[in-house]
Formats: sequence, C-alpha cells, structure tokens
Amino acid sequence: MIRLPFLLFFSAVLFSAGIYGVLARRNAVLVLMSIELMLNAVNVNLVAFGSFLQDAALTGQVFALFVITVAAAEVGIGLAIVILIYRNRETINVDEVNLLRW
Amino acid sequence: MSAQEIAFVIIAGAGSLGAIRLVTSKNVVHAALYLVVALASVAAVYLIVAAEFLAWVQVLIYVGAIVVLLLFSLMLTKAPIGRETLDNQQRGMALLVAAGILGGLVFLFQDAFGASSEVNPQVTRTADVGVSLFRDFVLPFEVVSVLLLAALVGAVVIARKDEWAEQTGGGADLGAKGEAERAG
Repeated sequence: MIRLPFLLFFSAVLFSAGIYGVLARRNAVLVLMSIELMLNAVNVNLVAFGSFLQDAALTGQVFALFVITVAAAEVGIGLAIVILIYRNRETINVDEVNLLRW
Repeated sequence: MSAQEIAFVIIAGAGSLGAIRLVTSKNVVHAALYLVVALASVAAVYLIVAAEFLAWVQVLIYVGAIVVLLLFSLMLTKAPIGRETLDNQQRGMALLVAAGILGGLVFLFQDAFGASSEVNPQVTRTADVGVSLFRDFVLPFEVVSVLLLAALVGAVVIARKDEWAEQTGGGADLGAKGEAERAG
C-alpha cells in the first residue's frame, strides 16, 4: 500500500526540476537532459494512475512505454541537430544560435 | 507508513536530489551522472508500484542507451565547466517559474487526491503487458515503430557530413562561420 500523493509529489519535483533546467541552462545537451527529466515525470504519473485505477488493460504502463519510445526518438534527433550545430557554429549554447531570430 | 512508503521516500529523496543536482551542477559530465541517479530512482519507483517490465525497460533504454548517447554528444562537443558558461542570466526567473509550477502541482494533487487515495499495486507480469500491447494497442504500436524508423533515418541524414556541399563549395554551410567572422 502506498499513498497516491507520494508518487504525484515525486513526479512534480522531477517536472519542476526539468522546467528549471530548460529555462536556466545554455548548453543544448543539458536542455535535452532536462527534457528527459520532464518526460520521466509524466511516465511516473501515468504508471501511478494506472496502478491507482486498477486498469485491466494496463493503459498507463503501455502509454509509458510509448512515451519512452518517443523520448528515445526525440533524443536521437535532438543530439543529431546539436552535433550539426556544433559542427557549423562551434558552440551549442542555445542563446548564441540566433540565425533565425529577428 | 507502510514498508513500501518508507522505501519510496528513500528512493524518491535520492531521485529528487539527483534531479536538482542535475540542473544545478557546474560540470556537464557530473550532470549526466546525476541524470543516471534520477532515472534509476524512477526505475526503482516503477518496481515499487510493481510495474516490472517498465522498470527494466527504463534501465535498459534510459540508463543504458540514452545516457550513453548524451555522454557521447558531450564528448563530441566541447563542454565548458562553470556556472557562467552553463547557465544563462534568467536563473532567478527560471527558479520562480519552477517553484510556481511545483507549488501549483503539489496544491492540485493534494486537493484532488490527498484524502485517503491509496495505490495497492497488483503485480503486472510482462506477459500481461504484452497481451495488452498487442491486443488493445496494436495500431499505436505500429505507428510508434514507423516513428522510430523515421527518427533513425533522420538522425543519420542530419548528423552525416554533407559531402555534396563540400564538393560544390559548402552550399549547406548555413553561412555560420562567415557571419561569425563578420560579427566579431
């Protein structure tokens, strides 16, 4: 037996840490790590509610699996873009990549 | 508090500490290792709510693959050390936003589920997950597989050296180096 708010508070802490990282970091790889943290917080919530609602079809766990898959695809593409930017501009600080800013 | 709750508090404390150190660390490699702590504690939380398959998927894919990918890209890009180079000037604002979101979420969760809502984890075997995945969610599963294939091809195409542009004089150079030289 475990109380549901415990799990939800944990995911809230992970999510807020991820938000802080995305907003305060300049290094693009660290921003990607923070995004992974936020996706994990969502997964914790999905699994917690799936377990709480006693879902026979295990929807929470299956959707957590889908989120993990999409996160893997996202981090692959994201790091490819980061490496391309580094190759072209020799920096991956997100505030220095301002070619498209007006 | 039950034994599960005590174990959960210890694991969640370690995971929260790892997450907070991840976003405040001054060294990018340390940040990646703190990410391992946070992800492993999430895997342990999955074990506590008896989602066994998901816990091992978390260990294999996140701790095994994604962290290695992140470490490789840290090695391929020059990673400076120090707060001034890793953080931007919006730290106070970011802290405010994160604290606001944390407070709002905690208030909402406490308000909605604070009163005696207990999770009684039923052990879900891997076979159950497989049956659910291939009976109820076949179409999303196939769509996700197409997405993975597209991401794989896209990552290869993006990260590959552009030989055509090099032969013809750097067409897809984005004009970045030239612009940087002009600017400074």
